[in-house]
Amino acid sequence: MTDNNNLNGAGAGAEGRDRVIGTPTADGDTLVSGTEESAASSQQRHIGPYPAVETHPRTEEQQRKGERSAALWFLVAFVSGVGFLVSYFLFPPAADGAPSIAHPATAQLANMAMGGTLALSLFAIGAGMTVWARQVMPHYEVSTPYDELPSSPKEKSSFSDFFMRGAHESGFTKRPLMRRTLIAAMLPLGLAPVVLLRDTGPLPGDRLKHTMWESGMRMVVEGTDREIRATDLDRVGGMISALPKAPHEGEHGHGLTLNEQAKAVILLIKMDEFGPDMTEQQRSWTADGIVAYSKICTHVGCPAALYERTTHRILCPCHQSTFDAANGAKVVFGPAHRPLPQLPLRVDDEGYLVAAGDFSSAVGPTFWDAEKGD
Amino acid sequence: MSDTPAPKSLRAVGNFIDDRFHLAKTGEKNLRKVFPNHWSFMLGEIALYSFIILLLTGVFLTLWFKPSMTEIVYDGSYERLNGVLMSEAYASTLHITFDVRGGLLMRQIHHWAALIFVASMTIHMLRVFFTGAFRKPREINWTIGAIILLLSFVEGLFGYSLPDDLPSGMGVRILQGVILSIPVIGTYVMMFLFGGEFPGEDIIPRLYMLHILLIPGILLALIVAHFMILWHQKHTQYPGTGRTEKKVVGTPMYPAFAVKAGGFFFFTFAVIVGLSAFVQINPIHLFGPFTPTSITSGLQPDWYMGFMEGALRIFPNWFDFNIAGYAVPVAVLVPGLGSLGLLAVALIAWPWIEQWITRDREHHNVADRPRNAPTRTALGVAASVVYGLLWLAGSNDIISETFSINLYLTTWIFRVGVIVGPVVAFIVTKRICLGLQRRDRETLEHGYESGTIEQLPSGEFIEVHKTSSPETVHVLRSKRPVPRIDVEATDEEGVESPEARSVMGRLRNRLAHWYTKDNISFEGVEPHSGHHLHHGHATAGAEQEPANTH
Ligand code: HEM
Ligand code: FES
Repeated sequence: MTDNNNLNGAGAGAEGRDRVIGTPTADGDTLVSGTEESAASSQQRHIGPYPAVETHPRTEEQQRKGERSAALWFLVAFVSGVGFLVSYFLFPPAADGAPSIAHPATAQLANMAMGGTLALSLFAIGAGMTVWARQVMPHYEVSTPYDELPSSPKEKSSFSDFFMRGAHESGFTKRPLMRRTLIAAMLPLGLAPVVLLRDTGPLPGDRLKHTMWESGMRMVVEGTDREIRATDLDRVGGMISALPKAPHEGEHGHGLTLNEQAKAVILLIKMDEFGPDMTEQQRSWTADGIVAYSKICTHVGCPAALYERTTHRILCPCHQSTFDAANGAKVVFGPAHRPLPQLPLRVDDEGYLVAAGDFSSAVGPTFWDAEKGD
Repeated sequence: MSDTPAPKSLRAVGNFIDDRFHLAKTGEKNLRKVFPNHWSFMLGEIALYSFIILLLTGVFLTLWFKPSMTEIVYDGSYERLNGVLMSEAYASTLHITFDVRGGLLMRQIHHWAALIFVASMTIHMLRVFFTGAFRKPREINWTIGAIILLLSFVEGLFGYSLPDDLPSGMGVRILQGVILSIPVIGTYVMMFLFGGEFPGEDIIPRLYMLHILLIPGILLALIVAHFMILWHQKHTQYPGTGRTEKKVVGTPMYPAFAVKAGGFFFFTFAVIVGLSAFVQINPIHLFGPFTPTSITSGLQPDWYMGFMEGALRIFPNWFDFNIAGYAVPVAVLVPGLGSLGLLAVALIAWPWIEQWITRDREHHNVADRPRNAPTRTALGVAASVVYGLLWLAGSNDIISETFSINLYLTTWIFRVGVIVGPVVAFIVTKRICLGLQRRDRETLEHGYESGTIEQLPSGEFIEVHKTSSPETVHVLRSKRPVPRIDVEATDEEGVESPEARSVMGRLRNRLAHWYTKDNISFEGVEPHSGHHLHHGHATAGAEQEPANTH
């Protein structure tokens, strides 16, 4: 209930005026009669678009004050609008020399100058318009009837009669052969858009189950070209994030595509000892106490990048699935279900860590046939 | 009628249009459209205005944004990342930020407007829910609104994914993981959407098309439909003098509402721009480009994705199972798709569910006061509590760090919370509603408590009750009688209806009974009818059991 105290001026002038469509009759539950204050204003001739009972004008003095403050706001808007244009040119882009918005601090400053002036200008227009509506214009409590929504039974039956006659005469109801063949004609066309989408991507086949890792492939520290020796693990505190050494030299980085990285990235972890849940086979995939797990969480695929050495737990920061590195990366907490796939390792003749084959199971988020063999 | 005839030029324009469209009558009717005066009717407006701002700023961003995942070595204005491999999408977003004047501002306005767009819609929807404004004849508009809200989640997620910075790519990764979890077809859907394996080179161009063309187009169409229906059916209104099921009272479109709404548009715009000027949002240059192998902790999605993020975090893996070796990762499916699906179904179907339970087929133009629909209100609060807890659970790592609580303990607190919380919320809310109804009834009978204590000649102290204003009486009396529906309903002749014997019929009667059983009856209460009713009546309504209940 806003402006409850404005319920005055009622009663006068309602009767005897032409009733405009969409406005209430003067009977019944219009407005309660108000207080004495309205006497003066209702005696003036009412010229507004809505009946006097529904219009609660502001006093002349209020309106004058309103006009002045609205105008003041609009002036503020004008000035800060100009300020916006000025601040646009105040901070040039890099091509035009320093200090430019290419520098983050200057970009921030330019942002504040432009945003601040624009916000002020918009606010002032809003304020001016609000003052206009609340202090210059009358307060209205206009009432209009809700439309009667359901049509009258007569209209309804006339419509349905008309419609059915039309349907009948057109033959749509009477001639089933034509109707049915038309529906049949639509079916293949309805499928067409689905079929047309076929070439948006390849069929999955078993490509989600294999990665680029092959037996004998060396590995590099993620983000560098440095090949990893078994002894490196002792130096770096027990955990390295690694990628295959690119079989093909790319023009940049480690030469692997993002697709390849997304599947091949591993965590190399040096363990003092393995736990009881580590099978013989899983132990045989380790080398010099180093175990390699896929870094991609089996929940929905974030890199499970956090390793806590004391508890030998791998934590995925996305939804906190926690894997036990000493026990085949089995899930010890959180929403993931499958252990992180393990990459078989060995040490080659030169002392470098190499893969001894592809991962033990499908890498990444669990999918329908992730646990099915090939 | 008016003292000032329309100026000649205006008349000429008016005639020009009317000659071609015959608009004088419709035009006048529409300019006379009435908007009830209440702040809560502005929530939907905020949503509309932020949508307009999104369209404007979004078009600006498209002038420079390159939806391409081609990898390039950055060599541009932002020196810290020179020489770094990144996608063209990310590089072009850096360009917008550091080379285009006003680009950073427009990006921040676009992002803030997105947050406020979804937030205002959500609160608007809660208003409509708790006041029963979705009831007949407005069910279809409620449904359209629900679809707009759900589509906006998707639209926002896709927009968030475009700049290809680290959090943005992580969002896409999670999307991919969730799609993969769909039984049987998941891998196919994922391959077709991504054009191959993750991340591929297609996903950003495709999300871009969806983000700037398809979804905004659908949203625009739905929003237009939403407003046309609103216009035709008119607003609901809160109870008050003069406001009835047949008549709506408020500010007319012309001249007052147009100016008020215009002013409000500028206010909304000003707040969004003000935030964008002074509160940094999504500083992609600090996050760095996406790579599938790195991550930072404490990643947060935009707020409207928070409930799904939280659901993914706390849903345990106990229900994952295999059928004949095929994996069904329930812990991804339920929180990742089920939560959104449940929300969608519950929202879209609610008006019809409630109608089916209560058998209420009447038109409603006067809004319910939430207390007068205690079961609905309690259900709404319970659902909001689940949503809120899931949303908080989406930041459990931050909560854990801030309050030094064990991370896993926070998970457990939320797991228990989402089960216990809504039950408690339901019971408490319902009690509060019924308590408020009782107080209303009391106020209606005795007037309001004046705070003045008087001593009667007998020595007894009483509080003086003053007569409530006619407005208050009107509002209080707006409570409609609630027809109680009994489990073993019989028709007029005392014969059990065949419907009541079917399983669905029985369920329906049970639900209806549960939905309507608690209610303080106002029937027969006369305003200010006196003191003598004072004792023993507070719970009278609840005890007025119909004769044939067991
Ligand atoms: C209707 C609701 C919309 C929502 C909720 C939305 C949301 C978002 C969000 C959250 C972002 C990330 C912004 C950032 O960089 O921080 C974004 C980016 C973007 N949006 Fe929208 N948007 C909407 C409509 C549109 C429209 C209609 C267009 C264009 C016609 C558009 C064009 C873009 C472009 C080009 C970007 C990438 C540029 C960038 O991130 O800086 N958006 N959107
Ligand atoms: S992606 Fe690792 S816990 Fe969800």
